[in-house]
Amino acid sequence: MPANRFNGYTDLGIGIGLRVPHYHHILTRKPVVDWFEIISENYMCDGGRPLQVLDQILEQYKTVQHGVSMYFGSTDRVNREHLKRLKRLAERTKTPFLSDHLCWGSIDGTYTHDLLPMPYTFAAAKVTAEHVREVQDYVGIPVCVENVSSYAEFHESEMTEWEFLSEVVEQADCGILLDVNNIYVSSKNHSFDPYDYLNNVPHERVGQIHVAGHSKYEKYILDTHDHPVLDPVWKMYAHAIRLCGPTNTLLEWDAHIPSFDEVHAEALKANRFIKQVVREEKGAHAIATA
Amino acid sequence: MRRLRELQRLTATALMRPLGRGNHTQTKWTDGRAMTQVAAEFIKPNDRLSSYERLEIYNRQYWFRVLDCLYDDYPGLLAILGERKFYKLRIAYLTRYPSTSFSLRNLGSKLEQFLTEEPPWSHPLEAMVLDMARFEWAQVVAFDGDAKKPLSVDDLLGKGPSNLRLTLQPYITLLNMGYPLDDFVIAVKKRKRAMRSEASNAMEGEHKERAARRPRLPKPQQVFVAVHRFQNDLYYKRLTPIQYRLLAAFRDGTTIESACEVALTEEADVDIAPQLRGWFQTWMELGWFCRGE
Repeated sequence: MPANRFNGYTDLGIGIGLRVPHYHHILTRKPVVDWFEIISENYMCDGGRPLQVLDQILEQYKTVQHGVSMYFGSTDRVNREHLKRLKRLAERTKTPFLSDHLCWGSIDGTYTHDLLPMPYTFAAAKVTAEHVREVQDYVGIPVCVENVSSYAEFHESEMTEWEFLSEVVEQADCGILLDVNNIYVSSKNHSFDPYDYLNNVPHERVGQIHVAGHSKYEKYILDTHDHPVLDPVWKMYAHAIRLCGPTNTLLEWDAHIPSFDEVHAEALKANRFIKQVVREEKGAHAIATA
Repeated sequence: MRRLRELQRLTATALMRPLGRGNHTQTKWTDGRAMTQVAAEFIKPNDRLSSYERLEIYNRQYWFRVLDCLYDDYPGLLAILGERKFYKLRIAYLTRYPSTSFSLRNLGSKLEQFLTEEPPWSHPLEAMVLDMARFEWAQVVAFDGDAKKPLSVDDLLGKGPSNLRLTLQPYITLLNMGYPLDDFVIAVKKRKRAMRSEASNAMEGEHKERAARRPRLPKPQQVFVAVHRFQNDLYYKRLTPIQYRLLAAFRDGTTIESACEVALTEEADVDIAPQLRGWFQTWMELGWFCRGE
């Protein structure tokens, strides 16, 4: 799997998100899992059960931190208290890299707790990239920014979302957490070809890939993370690893969470596509060298 | 930058406005203009959804998320007020005090203040509701609040009661309540668990559960409670009035000698030294004390 400077040169394999309903199973059965992704904010507390569980997990598993409220795209200054807590947690987890979203969600110190879409403008890209750099410099480890799913677009946008993502990561010199489900959801909501997105981001910067399930409504699709991954998303995943290499992959399942085994089995489906791509590459190499 | 900031302010104002009838985005903007017109000015429509409808997705998501969060954190308030009044209270509170923290854990941090400032939302159970808000926030603090290194017996060696100050662990909250809300919340949670195990697979079960959840409200009775954790499990511990006064004095930074004077005033002619030793032993075993500044 392609290790690169954006994911701390890691080759983690296929992981799942660490979620409360699975704590007991994981701590008592100790299942074999390549790695867990933790939501940073859930452990940025001062004590108690969350940190106790985290420490037990850290003793046995590789973990990577994923944030949900840094809001790189907010025009507010980066919250110093948030940064301090994030760094303290990163020192505890030894996470090889961090990720958070390409979005905004707070203004004038008020938090919406949502991942709101950016207006895709050069001015917004500049602000966002500056914030990513600030976080990266303060915490001292690589940062990957994740594309979000969205349901609205702004008139002000001057470019496509993938051009905006590319602009931000180049300016910030950071990595990408490529969420193929989010690309699929947004492509349906905004009527673009998701393969244009996949084909036009800087693949060498992809440090991790997310897959997840979503829900279809009459007029739009919601990114609910409460289903198995749908076939079109797996197909996009296969295309993504053809372009980026079979990088660190993670399944997100956040609502109506089934058993640990079911979630893990769903994540491991990614192996089929990775093997398929490896076979294709070997075949191509054999033809080229014959 | 200024333009982006204005756009973010406008969007945040729109999506954090309370929902209107039928959980739809309000039809009028703050200045009286049609919301469809305002939304169309900054959000693109597509071939299936108008600008207003696209904004409404976010408006709903915001409210469903923050309302759900308080619903989960305040089962006692729900049981006292009932579904409808608790819903209105949450909207009023979140409208006045939206989140100012990166963590939803802190969403209820100003609820006590809000209830003090705006008692009509809890009328006619103002005192009980205020006690419950304090009690349930204390549980948030006890769950993941900071813990200092507990004081050991060795730390006390060579120190006299006139100059030794103990401090309570930051995760402990002492409460003087006008109602036995600890027992009430235990009953609420038991009932909720029982209902959950009965109604496993029907969506409509949720409403039945909510309707049946409200136990009989407690009668007035002064109780003193410490909300704390032990081995990372949450506990409510009843205290006697003297215990409460003693612990409150420690919490407020007085010396052991002064705390005992304050706490024992009314029982001066009773020899409670043996009891005191027992209390201290228990509190030390629970790790409640840390060194004061």
